[in-house]
Amino acid sequence: MSKELNKKEELILFLSDTDEREGLLGKKNRKLLSDPLTDNNPITVQVLGICSALAITVQLKPAIVMSLAVMAVMAFSNMIISLLRNSIPSRIRIIVQLVVVAALVILVDQVLRAYAYDVSKELSVFVGLIITNCIVMGRLEAFALGNGVYKSFLDGIGNAAGYAFILILVAFFRELLGAGKLFGYQVIPDSFYEFGYSNNGLMLLSPMALITVGIIIWVQRSRNRALIEEN
Amino acid sequence: MDLINLFVRSVFIENMVFAYFLGMCSYLAVSKSVKTAVGLGAAVVFVLGITVPINFLLDTYLLKPGALTWLDASYADVDLSFLSFIMFIAVIASMVQLVEMVVERFAPALYGALGIFLPLIAVNCAILGGSLFMQQKDFSGITESAVYGLGSGVGFFLAILAISAIREKIAYSNVPAPLRGLGITFIITGLMALGFMSFMGIEI
Amino acid sequence: MDRNSNAYTFLFAIALVAVVASALAFAATSLQPAQAKNVKEEKMQNILGTVGIETSRDSAQVLFNKYIVDQVALSNDGTPKADVNAFEVDLKKELKKPVEEQAFPLYVANVEGSKYYIVPLRGKGLWDAIWGYIALKDDVNTIKGAVFDHKGETPGLGAEITQGWFRKRFEEEKIFDGDGNFIGVSVAKGYQGGDNKDDNAVDAISGATITGDGVTDMISERLKNYLPYFEKNTNIKVAMK
Repeated sequence: MSKELNKKEELILFLSDTDEREGLLGKKNRKLLSDPLTDNNPITVQVLGICSALAITVQLKPAIVMSLAVMAVMAFSNMIISLLRNSIPSRIRIIVQLVVVAALVILVDQVLRAYAYDVSKELSVFVGLIITNCIVMGRLEAFALGNGVYKSFLDGIGNAAGYAFILILVAFFRELLGAGKLFGYQVIPDSFYEFGYSNNGLMLLSPMALITVGIIIWVQRSRNRALIEEN
Repeated sequence: MDLINLFVRSVFIENMVFAYFLGMCSYLAVSKSVKTAVGLGAAVVFVLGITVPINFLLDTYLLKPGALTWLDASYADVDLSFLSFIMFIAVIASMVQLVEMVVERFAPALYGALGIFLPLIAVNCAILGGSLFMQQKDFSGITESAVYGLGSGVGFFLAILAISAIREKIAYSNVPAPLRGLGITFIITGLMALGFMSFMGIEI
Repeated sequence: MDRNSNAYTFLFAIALVAVVASALAFAATSLQPAQAKNVKEEKMQNILGTVGIETSRDSAQVLFNKYIVDQVALSNDGTPKADVNAFEVDLKKELKKPVEEQAFPLYVANVEGSKYYIVPLRGKGLWDAIWGYIALKDDVNTIKGAVFDHKGETPGLGAEITQGWFRKRFEEEKIFDGDGNFIGVSVAKGYQGGDNKDDNAVDAISGATITGDGVTDMISERLKNYLPYFEKNTNIKVAMK
């Protein structure tokens, strides 16, 4: 048993390039996962990856599928680039990253079209736009190029989770207030409508996605004053 | 007339920023002052105007199902459309590089103004988005796709110019502290997008 | 080898391209049958949906073979084109051809003894293409049912045309007015007719006027091409001007 553990640790050491011995989910590694969810959220703090995301937050289901697609692409592209980080010629660095990401995105797109056809129809071109989703490229540049494979994998998952969190939160409010539904099922009882409640159709329109994110940022920064920007 | 209609549509109605949220990252990051915003906006117009028609040619003569028939009739069944993402992004990245070199060699003054923004553009979603929407829209000719590319670029230019002007003014306003910077920019963009929705359905 | 030398850069680029290209080509070819099957079965599912047979994608093929008794591709003057496979006709490509060369697919269904004519539709919504299928009863006037789909209409507004409650409004509507003139069915804003099924109009979706107009145009434009055929091949005299 202990021998096995040793092997595992050696593997981690080999992959993560640190001389510090820590478990698979040690404190540092946990931070890689949890930081992007709140204080270093890619959308509300790092301002990355807003591009393709907001257009598909009208309903919860496509938002969740999009998050999963981004998570798969980020985790694997981070790992691949981290593996190659010592052999990529620096002059063609950006294009190598783009090619790896694009190839992964094509794979995701093809798999969705074969096994989750309905969802792939809803996402349409936005799957393709994961390629230029700044989160992916941003994390490759900022993290995967300088860190070990396992850490890069965690960083990918963590940042994708932070992205997913905002996406799902926005989709939740938009679907609930705009259509009175969640996952396509009506959740606001009929009696509310009889009393004169009506869905706010404005929430279904794209501009409200931006305003919702603005409000989320407001709430987050009122709770964590350290994030407030100058002017 | 159709071309004018297409242009107006791509600038105002299907505005990259306000209708599709594309190019948001650079839109938010580079809109703090009007001067830099104009630089980025001009670079986007330029690159979109070039890459969309090039990708149109690639799509029509290489990628579409049956696109290879001009080589030989026996290639009619070949469908390379699964390669379109990677081809488009390769074209965009290399065009950006090429444009950068050409501009540096022949127009140093322009290079000084656009220079730092050109590399940023390879990963601007609006650029790839332009090509992907072009592919979906099934344009009949290269002129149409060029007009669409230019129109989308001008739409982005307009959006980033407007928001940067507003942000320069808002620096003097008393915005609630947690909203400062990013938060208020999001909300203003949302309100502007609401305004742009009133263009919907306009046909010339 | 020096990581920044030209030779290394070239070799790296070539190796990368070779690996990526073979991986993608493999994935694309191995997943292609499953993707084509999805597209085909969805089409069958939509066609069956117009005559009130709701099915999952998996069982679409079996039911399609059972209920669809005939498929023909028609030319502009209503004569069948023997050399065209109706199911394979892609309306998107067809509508770009000159009108004399176009082929219009028509599906004939037989459900429990009643005969229905199913016509594919294609038109333009607010953002992008919309399409669908519409089934007529054998008086070639009353609508049995309709199915709509779209590429990029606004979710929650224009995209609602795919929903059952909107499709239901078309059932039992007439495509000819009282004097026998072909007028189609219009999706009308501020429609006050209630459940009146004889006035060639249905209630629009609020906030989706342009998508609704697209549906109106698509129904009248596509059905128009089938009038010569209906006139020749059905026992009901189609009154046309």
